[in-house]
Amino acid sequence: MKKQKTFWKIAAYTSMIIGAGIVLTPVAWLISTSLKDASQVFDPAVWIPKPPRFDNYTKALSVMPFAKYLINTCVITFSCMALTIISSSLAAFGFARMRFPGRNILFVILLSTLMLPAQVTMIPIFKIWSGLGLYDTFVPLIAPSAFGSAFYIFLLRQYFLTIPKEMDEAARIDGAGTFTIWRRIVMPQAKPALATIAVLSFMSHWNDFLSPLIYLSDPGKRTLALALWAFQGQYSTDWNLLMAASTVVMLPLLLLFFFAQRYFVQGVALSGLKS
Amino acid sequence: MKLESSQKTKKKADARYSNLAKKEALQGYIFITPWVAGFIAFALFPMIFSFLISLTKWDMIKPAQFIGFENYSRIFTEDFRFRQALWVTARYAALSLPLGMAGSLILAVMLNMNLRGTRLFRTIFYMPAILPSVAVTMLWLWILKPRDGVLNYLLGFLHISPKPWISDPNWALPSFVIMSLWGIGGGMIIYLAGLQSIPQELYEAAEIDGAGAWVKFRRITLPMISPTILFNLVMGIIGSFQVFTASFVMTPNGGPGYSTLFYVLYLYQKAFRYLQMGYASALAWILFVIILGLTLMILRTSNRWVYYESAE
Repeated sequence: MKKQKTFWKIAAYTSMIIGAGIVLTPVAWLISTSLKDASQVFDPAVWIPKPPRFDNYTKALSVMPFAKYLINTCVITFSCMALTIISSSLAAFGFARMRFPGRNILFVILLSTLMLPAQVTMIPIFKIWSGLGLYDTFVPLIAPSAFGSAFYIFLLRQYFLTIPKEMDEAARIDGAGTFTIWRRIVMPQAKPALATIAVLSFMSHWNDFLSPLIYLSDPGKRTLALALWAFQGQYSTDWNLLMAASTVVMLPLLLLFFFAQRYFVQGVALSGLKS
Repeated sequence: MKLESSQKTKKKADARYSNLAKKEALQGYIFITPWVAGFIAFALFPMIFSFLISLTKWDMIKPAQFIGFENYSRIFTEDFRFRQALWVTARYAALSLPLGMAGSLILAVMLNMNLRGTRLFRTIFYMPAILPSVAVTMLWLWILKPRDGVLNYLLGFLHISPKPWISDPNWALPSFVIMSLWGIGGGMIIYLAGLQSIPQELYEAAEIDGAGAWVKFRRITLPMISPTILFNLVMGIIGSFQVFTASFVMTPNGGPGYSTLFYVLYLYQKAFRYLQMGYASALAWILFVIILGLTLMILRTSNRWVYYESAE
């Protein structure tokens, strides 16, 4: 028995180390390429650039209006994040705390929208926004967040259900209205779940490619993801610059991931997966 | 008399209660109003609209022209690109899904063994899943370069001859599968959550009965996480039928011999390159029906292999 356990332990360690090597090699290659001199770029035998060209980064960021793209991306990402948190938590509160006719049916409808492929609604929504004269603005990218997202509503509802109702009732006796209970009692207690949603929505909007691709045409309005793609079209042979730009676009997410990893993991635990 | 008055107070109480209930219901509707409005504006109405568009010929410039089910009949009878796109997507799903699901399950099981350094490994394995797909695809485009590509260089150490990867019709799709396997950390995290909810006593009891590692995995772990497997399977199918960014960045025209013409890439081309909105909407509806059909089929058969604790 003991022997068998040691065997599995060694097998697990060996495969995890190999697995980690496989996962990390592309990242190492990314960083290595991003620091390479033009003369070393096409040599796969060179992993440690000599000398490391840190100016690849300044070069990559100066051939495009990087600051502008960063601001665009931040405006979109943070507006979406704030709007999503407010609208989703309002709906989740309604589903978790209030009783009203049709609640269960509406909740089932909410869950079923998770299965609706975005491609089905993409063309009509595009037509609506362009009909409203909002093509090539940030509105089509931001506005949908003001109406809640089914997945986040579901996550938050699950979390709200675990918050004891006694505090709501005590507050109600003290004369607090429902809105106050949402804002002062439930929301503060749901901070871990709200953080999870903040992190997940940051990630999805920072990484989003299809919506900016469809809705933005003015090069000055590009997001980082879109700009990176356009950059590839123009500088397709300057792989060191491309990799430097890719690193920069990845960096905020990497930092977020290392400092807020538990919130990513928590999102999964929250959904419970039971229903 | 006494009875009557008590009935009266009860009625009063009922009335007050129902007023409260009405007030609560009204407030409940107010809270969910943003979502309901969004559902109507961004899901229900566009869905109906999209179906109507699919019955027309429409380039968004001239007015739409009603043509009945002609788009659908053309897709099914004469559009060989559609067949190619469906074939590419199905093959990709058939390759990447089983490999990805098995791989992520194995990783999760190893992370769940409570070995030292688990947190570090978890971080490493999960990281690729959160990175921006444009940047990740760009990186892989570089790694998979047929000439001077680093993957071919590294495979050389294992005495594997260089492969043409995305420049060759036979190797292009496997390249996408390899890329997708790099991101299996997302599924792994979900499995890990499922594994951690398995009561430890089950394993202890099995050990007393002399069960080995394989028996424990086969008889306890697999049945206990079968709901998670179901979840990952459904999500995986939905996800692999909606691959877009990777294919658009790597092979915007569909790759050599259209070997990586993924369904959504084809749909995107029809809609936003050729402005055939009616045709593209019909493609979208067919995709929807395929995804829905597959999902329902899996859910139907799931009661044969998914074990629910609460259903006992």
